[in-house]
Amino acid sequence: MKARSTSHDGRFARWFNRTGWAQLVIGLPYIWLVLLFLIPFLIVLAMSVATRTPTAPPFGYGGENPVINLTGYARLFTDDLYIRAFTTSVTNAAGATVLCLLLGFPMALALTRVSTSWRQILLMLVILPFWTSFLLRVYAWMGLMGSNSWFNRMLTGWYNAVVPEEWALRALPLMHSNFAVVLVTVYTYLPFMILPLYANLERLDPVLDEAAMDLGSRPLRVFWDITLPQSIPGIIAGGLLVFIPAAGELVIPTLVGDAGSPMIGRVIADEFSSARDWPMASSVAVALLVLMVGPMMIYSHYQSRSDGGAR
Amino acid sequence: MNRRPVFLITVLCFGFAFFYIPILSMMVYSFNGSRLATVWGGFSTKWYVSLFSNKQVGAALILSLQIALLSATVATILGTMSGIALARFPKFRGRTLFSGLVTAPLIMPEVITGISSLMLFILMAEWIGWPGQRGFTTITLAHITFSMVFVTTVVHSRMVQADRAIEEAAMDLGSRPWQVMFDVTLPVISPAILSGWLLAFTISLDDVVITSFTTGPGNTTLPLLIWSKVKLGVTPDINALATLTVIVVGTGVALAGFILNRAEKRREADRRLAYRAND
Repeated sequence: MKARSTSHDGRFARWFNRTGWAQLVIGLPYIWLVLLFLIPFLIVLAMSVATRTPTAPPFGYGGENPVINLTGYARLFTDDLYIRAFTTSVTNAAGATVLCLLLGFPMALALTRVSTSWRQILLMLVILPFWTSFLLRVYAWMGLMGSNSWFNRMLTGWYNAVVPEEWALRALPLMHSNFAVVLVTVYTYLPFMILPLYANLERLDPVLDEAAMDLGSRPLRVFWDITLPQSIPGIIAGGLLVFIPAAGELVIPTLVGDAGSPMIGRVIADEFSSARDWPMASSVAVALLVLMVGPMMIYSHYQSRSDGGAR
Repeated sequence: MNRRPVFLITVLCFGFAFFYIPILSMMVYSFNGSRLATVWGGFSTKWYVSLFSNKQVGAALILSLQIALLSATVATILGTMSGIALARFPKFRGRTLFSGLVTAPLIMPEVITGISSLMLFILMAEWIGWPGQRGFTTITLAHITFSMVFVTTVVHSRMVQADRAIEEAAMDLGSRPWQVMFDVTLPVISPAILSGWLLAFTISLDDVVITSFTTGPGNTTLPLLIWSKVKLGVTPDINALATLTVIVVGTGVALAGFILNRAEKRREADRRLAYRAND
């Protein structure tokens, strides 16, 4: 099977090469990505060691400036703002990932247990919010968390009923907090957790579950020994699909986050636009990418392995 | 399984409540008579009236649709090409870099893509005098770049699954490669191309971060308009706009799902008829 498809690949490719089609099919997207993705990325790398100047554009190399200026990177480790921004981003993203997993796993498992006709409808309901505007989904929570909203008043009522009287509040300070960032991140990224988990769990063989049950295992035991170990690829895929974009998020922390402890995405945008410090913004950007290299490599390793499996 | 998974069904219901209560609440409050967006002040449709009489919203919507149509179309052409290249050309010079270039934008944080594109456009204007002014062209170029890789992913995975025996048969029967391409390969992957286009279209229509870095004076897309209003807090006319968006998108997705489902059923029926005719 493998041998045949390889020889076929060669034939197809040779044919295309002879007629010059291959150069077109490969070359056009290649040139596009080099010009508009690779070069901008190299600009960021180069900018991160440039020196900030009061010129336009606001950077310089050589002359009275050092050729390679590492001040930006040094500030990452000495300035409290950047260290706090990194810890806030990682904590918020990790918290959101764990909550997505705790909510998404039972949901994905439940989706594999309902009848096929229901499953179609429910899966569409999972995907539907994903097609509506991301910005408007964040906005929907701004309405709910505001101190006058029915949702906040309901939660405040519950809170006041539980805590001693001297702790009672007029409204819970939900907005502009890390809690709000985590909540809205879970809300907007939950489908990214559910869908890979569902795809993974759907493929599992129910015979294994039944065998374990017949042998006297309790449902929780079956879950722990049979279902969970087999679903680790789905957990890794879903977890990284939530963690990676959540750590670099800009929209959510800007709208519902605490301006006093900004996340890394917001620091990059502020350094770049408000402070007009391109070298510093680029240093922070490079540091964020370095931080993400680990998770990204796990993800692409997993992706290439699952591609190989499909072939 | 003979026992009903009560716990799972409970979590499922909670999850769907979590998904839809914020959206429903927003829809209800779009009919709020009060100026205070979160305090109920009786039923009213005045926010819809003010929305429709707002010329800015209309202009922003048209700009967004133009950018999305153009960028999705170019992104689909480029993304399909790179998907085919990755799936059908096992060896070519620079393949490793190429496969890195089509995956990296998928996981690159949007804010970094945004500042890197903006720096490129500013430096290009400095060195070669183009683009003189940022706006429609620069937004569209940036959108094409980050949405084409999504098309690549969709097309590539469809190409990998596709039955190569049909292509092989066409070649054995003496078809030229471009005939194989247009008569066999492209029709086989056409559902992937279509869903790739839809994905690129919605990504472009939805984007705030990259657009906000690559836009210029006077070029406000609909998400940018919403973004600038929403940063100042909750406003009732955005509730109305959000409600209309949810209704339009919801109907569209439901309709598309229904049509695809019916087409799938018809194909299934045809296949069964064909088998029966063979017996």
